[in-house]
Amino acid sequence: MSTKTIVCRCEDITEEDILKAIDRGYDTLEEIKQVLRCGMGPCQGRTCIPLITRLIAHKTGKSVAEINPPTARPPLQPVPISLFAGEEE
Amino acid sequence: MKESAEVVIIGGGVSGCGTAYYLAKKGVTDVVILEKNILCNGATGRCGGGIRQQFTTEANIRLAMESVSIFEHLSEELGIDIEYDQGGYLIIAYEDEVDQFKKNVVLQNSLGLESRFISPEEAREIVPNLCIDSIAGATFCQTDGHANPFKVVQGYSEKAQKMGVSIEKRTKVTGITCEEGCITAVRTTRGTIRTGTVVNAAGAYSRDIAQMVGVELPNKPYRHEILVTEPIEHILDPMVISFKTGIYFSQQECGAIIGGIGDPEEPSSYSMKGSLRFLKRMTRTMVDLVPAFGHLNVLRQWAGLYDVTPDAQPILGWTDEVEGFCQANGYSGHGFMISPKVTELISELIVDGKTSMPIDDLNLARFEGEITGEAYVVG
Repeated sequence: MSTKTIVCRCEDITEEDILKAIDRGYDTLEEIKQVLRCGMGPCQGRTCIPLITRLIAHKTGKSVAEINPPTARPPLQPVPISLFAGEEE
Repeated sequence: MKESAEVVIIGGGVSGCGTAYYLAKKGVTDVVILEKNILCNGATGRCGGGIRQQFTTEANIRLAMESVSIFEHLSEELGIDIEYDQGGYLIIAYEDEVDQFKKNVVLQNSLGLESRFISPEEAREIVPNLCIDSIAGATFCQTDGHANPFKVVQGYSEKAQKMGVSIEKRTKVTGITCEEGCITAVRTTRGTIRTGTVVNAAGAYSRDIAQMVGVELPNKPYRHEILVTEPIEHILDPMVISFKTGIYFSQQECGAIIGGIGDPEEPSSYSMKGSLRFLKRMTRTMVDLVPAFGHLNVLRQWAGLYDVTPDAQPILGWTDEVEGFCQANGYSGHGFMISPKVTELISELIVDGKTSMPIDDLNLARFEGEITGEAYVVG
């Protein structure tokens, strides 16, 4: 992959951005999410998280299985506000 | 990990990282931050990022105003864009709140804060999509606003580290050693650090830390939930809040609407689970105020813990019973917004033995007498 490779399409984050963040000590998925917003966009990490997991594994020498996924946040996929607001208790 | 440090800070949120930065800035760089997880994992990284000066106690108003004057140049000082935006805070006033809000504005004005009471029509000029049918007015302060808490902590922690501060992530404090009423060491899952000074900046877990040296804090943890929508074009300048419904929401720099709502039925607990009850209450209250929000998609919901004291003001400064034990907790849901000044003052207390602004009234000892508290707690 060249350094111009986009890893996170929602936030326009490249492979190089990820590798630099790991070099600065942000070597978990939660920290990458905090500093680069990967996983916070409309795809909720479905595209980028597997790719970033591999980059972290490669950089830190850990296996992919050792890298904790970020906390899953409901509603998991975008849901209109009107849907929740309209429902009676 | 270091075997000794001049100051050990427990907690890697904005309170701990800010304190470390201002200590280093004052020349005390032999400092270790102990964080049981990763930085920003607690309330700081879970909060709405609001920065409000419209409070009801003099202490909170002054701390918030001083913090705003620091926030105004913090991006430049830390060398990172903290996404600070002074779009104001619009506090919705319902009929039975009007008299009190007008009195609050008088107090705020007397301290130099330019807040004002406005009509429903003026409120709609500031928030064009606002439904004003049931509101009696609002108070507005243009210099209130919001910033990105992750970026603020990133700025404080990275700059502090450059000046020599150590940050130990994934390091849990297991005990604090005291000899003859003085702190001598902090024990962790990764070894022991000798120190004479400990700053308790552990947020909702500060009570547990204090108990390690036999000090009882009156703080209680409460879950507060929050959600974020998909990003949209810029439509909202201020943070909109209501103390009656407990709602607050604003639009972040990325375009997302972020907001939460307090729940009077929420019991004290350490739960951080998201609930459907919150989603329903939040979205209903949101569309009542701004019907157009009904079209937006919710992307994520999460929760964090308010570290609430009996008077909703923070606990700051030395502890009478244990020498070298400094409190920086109990922010009761408004820690991020006052953190720049508070953490600067804590550093002054530790290094100079006195502070440039009095914080004696915020000492732990105040809970021994009668309590008059902050009425403006939202979310």
